[in-house]
Amino acid sequence: MIPNKFDYQKATTVEEAIEYLVEYGDEAKLLAGGHSLLPAMKLRLNNPVKLVDINRIPGLKYIREENAMLCLGAATTHYDIESSELVKSKIPMLCQVAASIGDLQVRNMGTIGGSLAHADPAADWPAGMLATEAIIVIQGPEGTKNVPAKDFFMGLYTTALAENEIITEIRIPIPEGNIGTAYAKCVQPASRFALVGCATIISKNNGLCDRVKLAFTGVSVNAFCDEAVEHALTGHAPDVDNITIAAEKAAINVDVLSDHFASENYRRHLAKVYAKKALMEAANNL
Amino acid sequence: MVSPIHLKVNGQPRSDEVEPRLLLVYYLREVLNLTGTHVGCDTSSCGACVVLVDGKAVKSCTMLAVQADGSEITTIEGLANGSELHPIQEGFKEQHGLQCGFCTPGMIMTALQLLERNPDPNEAEIREALDGNYCRCTGYHNVVKAIQYAAKKMKKEVFHD
Repeated sequence: MIPNKFDYQKATTVEEAIEYLVEYGDEAKLLAGGHSLLPAMKLRLNNPVKLVDINRIPGLKYIREENAMLCLGAATTHYDIESSELVKSKIPMLCQVAASIGDLQVRNMGTIGGSLAHADPAADWPAGMLATEAIIVIQGPEGTKNVPAKDFFMGLYTTALAENEIITEIRIPIPEGNIGTAYAKCVQPASRFALVGCATIISKNNGLCDRVKLAFTGVSVNAFCDEAVEHALTGHAPDVDNITIAAEKAAINVDVLSDHFASENYRRHLAKVYAKKALMEAANNL
Repeated sequence: MVSPIHLKVNGQPRSDEVEPRLLLVYYLREVLNLTGTHVGCDTSSCGACVVLVDGKAVKSCTMLAVQADGSEITTIEGLANGSELHPIQEGFKEQHGLQCGFCTPGMIMTALQLLERNPDPNEAEIREALDGNYCRCTGYHNVVKAIQYAAKKMKKEVFHD
């Protein structure tokens, strides 16, 4: 399959990429790793007139620690994150998220910024971003803004990113204290996307969970934090009984997706099962 | 509209003008006549089209030739040293790691990436690395053995060096 014809432009700076977006509006598309966009173009689901390649812009691929934040350049690949000792030592769940994406070849090319901008309802990163309370740094013609992950994912393939804006960085607060993290994923065996993916961070103080973050992908039209589960475990010891009770609250007041892979009821059931798996693993990592 | 590209393929410098929508796999097969890289599913699932781009295993059906501008590409044709097979190729031959052979180039290029990153993989790690490479003939048992054979041989070679 060959995509429709398009003009190709390699951007050398973020500013140049934004200029093309301003000039061409919705006829332009940014090409990062291309592992969602090119398949969509081959299937004629997306037919950009102008394809702006941002993958060679210098200074968009990095992983560093800065002011108690993990800072990831938007063009950092899933493999770079999966194999990062720094990420592993600070928030190991993010390495699990990265390693669970697609396959080795896809992780070599796909980028975190590209995945977030695409916002596939079953993509892995959105759950990781919500559970870690990441900040998405966005640059546009008017300058730079920081959007918390909870305000970024707005619906099916829909984000807070405007047509003329580009994600430049992801900033993730490094949690302090006695923390446990985990990502548990029920893999759709053909596509490797998440039927249900659950990312969690818990912190324990005096034997009790003083903070619980838990987010789902694949369950609804966009990833979300499940506050019912978070509240149910906060203030309680992270033992199997309390975790089981909390996980039962998963995806209760949520519009759950239904397709030929998994019905609404089955997905809701999976959400409870994977919430428990993720919380148990995080508790074991405390 | 055509775009100029300059790249190295199996060590040979190449300069061509290509349509931006030309996929890397078709550039390799139809412009350079390197038909060892196969087109299987054409949807970045099967891995028959895997080549190394700047040392990274990539599904070349999901990359534009223009994206490879300035890169160094290694295809299956670039592995053997004259008539001397690469240890991974030898492993597939010795351990019967193929039946029809359609998936083999992609399997071998992926194995090359794996063994560069992890020279001593266990069976689970080999199977995990082959997640994006489909064999529809024999299953994966002998493919795993072939890669284990190659790992052993490549370690010996490093030791002798």
